[in-house]
Amino acid sequence: MTAIRLDGLGKTFPVRGGDTFTALDGVDLEVADGEFLVVVGPSGCGKSTLLDLISGLTKPTAGRVLLDGTPVTGPGLDRTTVFQQYALLPWRTAQRNVEFALEARPRLDRLGRKARAEQAREHLALVGLSGFEDRYPHELSGGMRQRVAIARALASDPKVLLMDEPFAALDAQTRDGLQEELLRIWQRTGTTVVFITHGIDEAVFLGQRVAVMTSRPGQIKELVQVRLGDRTAEADVRSSPEFAAYRHEVWSLLRDEVTVGRDREVVSVG
Amino acid sequence: MAEIPLLHVHDPAGVNPGRGAGIVPGASAAKGVRAVVAGAAQVLTTVGKRTVAIAAFLVLWEVAPRLGLVDRTFLVPFSDAVRALIELAENGQLWDNTRASLGRSLAGFGIAIAAGVPLGLLIGWYRPVAEILGPLLELFRNTAALALLPVFILLLGIGETSKIAIVVYACTWPILLNTVSAVRSVDPVLVKSARSMALPAPRLFAKVILPASVPTIFTGIRLAGSGSILVLIAAEMVGAKAGLGYLVNTSQQNFAIPDMYAAIIAISVLGLVFNQLLVTLERRLTRWRPAAGA
Ligand SMILES: Nc1ncnc2c1ncn2[C@@H]1O[C@H](COP(=O)(O)OP(=O)(O)OP(=O)(O)O)[C@@H](O)[C@H]1O
Ligand SMILES: [Mg+2]
Repeated sequence: MTAIRLDGLGKTFPVRGGDTFTALDGVDLEVADGEFLVVVGPSGCGKSTLLDLISGLTKPTAGRVLLDGTPVTGPGLDRTTVFQQYALLPWRTAQRNVEFALEARPRLDRLGRKARAEQAREHLALVGLSGFEDRYPHELSGGMRQRVAIARALASDPKVLLMDEPFAALDAQTRDGLQEELLRIWQRTGTTVVFITHGIDEAVFLGQRVAVMTSRPGQIKELVQVRLGDRTAEADVRSSPEFAAYRHEVWSLLRDEVTVGRDREVVSVG
Repeated sequence: MAEIPLLHVHDPAGVNPGRGAGIVPGASAAKGVRAVVAGAAQVLTTVGKRTVAIAAFLVLWEVAPRLGLVDRTFLVPFSDAVRALIELAENGQLWDNTRASLGRSLAGFGIAIAAGVPLGLLIGWYRPVAEILGPLLELFRNTAALALLPVFILLLGIGETSKIAIVVYACTWPILLNTVSAVRSVDPVLVKSARSMALPAPRLFAKVILPASVPTIFTGIRLAGSGSILVLIAAEMVGAKAGLGYLVNTSQQNFAIPDMYAAIIAISVLGLVFNQLLVTLERRLTRWRPAAGA
């Protein structure tokens, strides 16, 4: 079953002087139900733009996004996004931040206050934050804040979880820990995940498939199928030779793009 | 454990909830005593630091006229002013005039909040409106309210209306402008994240924009609060029949100099108390903020 289908997706932005800037050009991609797809690409190639289109925050200028076969027309409760900057409400405790996601539903099919609190608590437990319910964001570490954001994204039980470099601001150890936790959660919930990163290790470790994008305008250059088995079960997948091979493959694909992008920039400057 | 609140007395933003503060019940008695002594010493130092300048000023005020450094007729010693203040309090004049001033400034302040906050939210929310009105609002804000007093008197007469109106005028701008900028400076990531959750616009406003704006709005309210008293007192010096500003003015004209100083003391105490109330309220409403620069 296809969860997300991108169909000749394009996005241009108007820029000063009446010109347009092409950020995405003809992106075709299918994400299977329950798949964990990672998107990597050089900086500025349109990864965030792509995610905004899937979340419905912005509208495509060409092509379309299909969710379970239905075109996306705007933000919906079936998709949630985790941003790099956590985006937690600083005046709400961890618990109340997770509840926030449950307050978006129309009044009629919204859970009662008690049920919302219960569900929020469960999801904080899911990300290992039991006992931190009453902390305000500024009283939590960066890793904990991002866990709260993940709990919030999962609390409304979305079909699709969109993540835009969620671990980029964290230190290496915290990041590794959260990656494993995310995989465990994903295995348990069966949510479809589209995960953006520019970390090659992160991409190979997390993704069932890794989509490598070209530099501007962004297109899908290649899809790498990663067959590493269960990352959470085995001891230290990251140092296995298979991991290194995938890592090298993605790295080579990316390096070409980065060089192309740089050359183009030199040309356009000179 | 009575020392816990004391230890938090000078917590600048009042945000330390004391959670996980590491105070173990049943710690050794010596430790407890030491903590109490240290706490008390700390409080005394803080209190001392905060009052030393005021105390020095009052001593100077007391001594300078007595030593003949200044003319005692025009600058009476502090103790004389206090004695006059007590007298005014006893014969009811102090309360009558304070009530008159307080009534006017609260009325004007209240109207300014009731009008300025909703209007500011609206203007801030509609970006083009904010851009068009911005310069005009800045112009109004920077026009000293007292310069307009004659205009208000011409239009509204010399009575209560013009006095309340000038307080409204002075209070509205800081509240309005702060509210506008509060709405406009809400973290766009928060808005984006809320929109991605398909939160409908009214709920986005109520649950994100409004709470995010509270601290900045409150700064405006606090500015307006002190402004309300400043402007009113000056307005009361023109053609009022009651109020602390009136009391200062008539005392001076009747050469009741100690009364004049007594009224001035009353005004500054009133201003201090009013400001302190607003600061306390502000802290309560923004408890979630990480140690805000108070
Ligand atoms: N609102 C906008 N108006 C104009 N140009 C935009 C807008 N949003 C994005 N762009 C441009 O589109 C391109 C893609 O941006 P995007 O943020 O999607 O890149 P990215 O791949 O997420 O980069 P990074 O890895 O640095 O996050 C960039 O060149 C950016 O300048
Ligand atoms: Mg990006």
